[in-house]
Amino acid sequence: MIKVQNLSRAFGDFKAVDDISFEVAAGEIFAFLGPNGAGKTTTIRMLTTLLPPTSGSIQMDGMDPERHQHEVRSRFGIVFQDPSLDQDLTAAENMDLHGVLYHVPRRIRRERSETLLKAFELWERRASPVKTFSGGMRRRLEIARGLLHTPRILFLDEPTLGLDPQSRNQLWSHVQHLNKTEGVTVFLTTHYMDEADRVATRIAVIDHGKIVAIGSSQELKALTQTESLEAAFLKLTGTAIRDETAGAADRMRQAAAMWRRR
Amino acid sequence: MSAVYILWLRELKRYTRSRTQIIASLAQPLLYLLVLGFGLGPVFRLSGNGNYLQFMAPGVIAMTVLFASMFSGIGLLWDRQFGFLKETLVAPVPRIQIMFGRTCGSATTALLQGMLVAIVCVVAGFRPLSLVQIPAAIGFLALTAIVFAAAGTAIGSSLKDMQGFQMVMNFLVLPLFFLSGALYPLDNLPKALVVLTHIDPMTYGVDGMRAVLINRTHFGATMDALVLVGAGAVLTVVGAWRFSKIEI
Repeated sequence: MIKVQNLSRAFGDFKAVDDISFEVAAGEIFAFLGPNGAGKTTTIRMLTTLLPPTSGSIQMDGMDPERHQHEVRSRFGIVFQDPSLDQDLTAAENMDLHGVLYHVPRRIRRERSETLLKAFELWERRASPVKTFSGGMRRRLEIARGLLHTPRILFLDEPTLGLDPQSRNQLWSHVQHLNKTEGVTVFLTTHYMDEADRVATRIAVIDHGKIVAIGSSQELKALTQTESLEAAFLKLTGTAIRDETAGAADRMRQAAAMWRRR
Repeated sequence: MSAVYILWLRELKRYTRSRTQIIASLAQPLLYLLVLGFGLGPVFRLSGNGNYLQFMAPGVIAMTVLFASMFSGIGLLWDRQFGFLKETLVAPVPRIQIMFGRTCGSATTALLQGMLVAIVCVVAGFRPLSLVQIPAAIGFLALTAIVFAAAGTAIGSSLKDMQGFQMVMNFLVLPLFFLSGALYPLDNLPKALVVLTHIDPMTYGVDGMRAVLINRTHFGATMDALVLVGAGAVLTVVGAWRFSKIEI
């Protein structure tokens, strides 16, 4: 479903992603793990047509994101790290808007919207504005929306950030369920190792722009001779803390955290 | 084209749902109208210029449109990091359609806000010379809205963080307003001010409004309309270009 070969992306002299290759098979739940600044988001941006690679090739469902931008876009759904719902609109309106933007015919839009809102336990609240939703509900709505146009691949970039254990648990149950029923391939990033351990069929660990290990949770533990995925992760990536320079988006995130009503 | 329509509709829905915001945004024009209108009225009359409220009301209405459309455009900065805009930028829709839908939405809501303030002006005592000219006035208001919604889109697409927002407010939006002749006549100004007022597109919006509403004009309504259409076209192209460069 996703095939990446010798992919690199440099920003000036800095190599954010350095010659990585991996494949994700259809129907897999693939976790992409790495410390801050390891190159996770840069890779996702390249896969999702938002950033052209410096070199290397990407095939998304057999297509190059650079050359077939719109075709690739209609084949994936994405949940960003930062919220991207319209808070003043209702859940149903957010779904509907997405459907129009993805050219989903009206009737199918209605039906699928209903199915997904019910699956994510949001149907009762479909007519409420999103600003009245809890963090977990918003995340669920974003995932439901990302699936509305029946994508082949679903990208989840740290979808459980800031959620309580209950919401996290519930969210992954939903994702696993949809993965089974719809056969959608899931590509996720997270900082919670227990989540990756629980849901992912395969895991890639990326550090300093290079993939340092790839395999199932069992394989990674065996490779590093550790008991838990967290220990394996730390052994693979070291214990040094990555102090990234805060960019404009980080500054805005801080301001947003101050103003956000939760 | 359904993308353009649905994004335009989205802006409209958001506007009509934010009742408190609508009321709050009436405060500033009201302040100008009442404090300056009644405060400077006697001086204005003594200088032989007639009724100040009549003179400044078109300016205050145009100001509302300027502020509303610029803000909505600059709000794009927030919207693209923490809002719905981000979602639209990965949709299989050409960017130009997204930019167009959003900018038209901004312009429409700004126009509605301007018309609301126009009603407030009439309540405060403003009287247009003839009702026949109202559609022409709305036309000028719409042109002004498009010019500054496009400018706002260009700026909002280029800004990197919220600090830039304050800069734009203090060094662009307020000067655009104060240099537009909304509050004072353009006759007998110092040379520097003549140059600045003439390059401010807002000047032509205000002058056009005055031309049709109180039959008092510096450039003539045709000239005003031509300049606004020209500025609108240029800024829309610039806005579309800046918008196409947004990275997320």
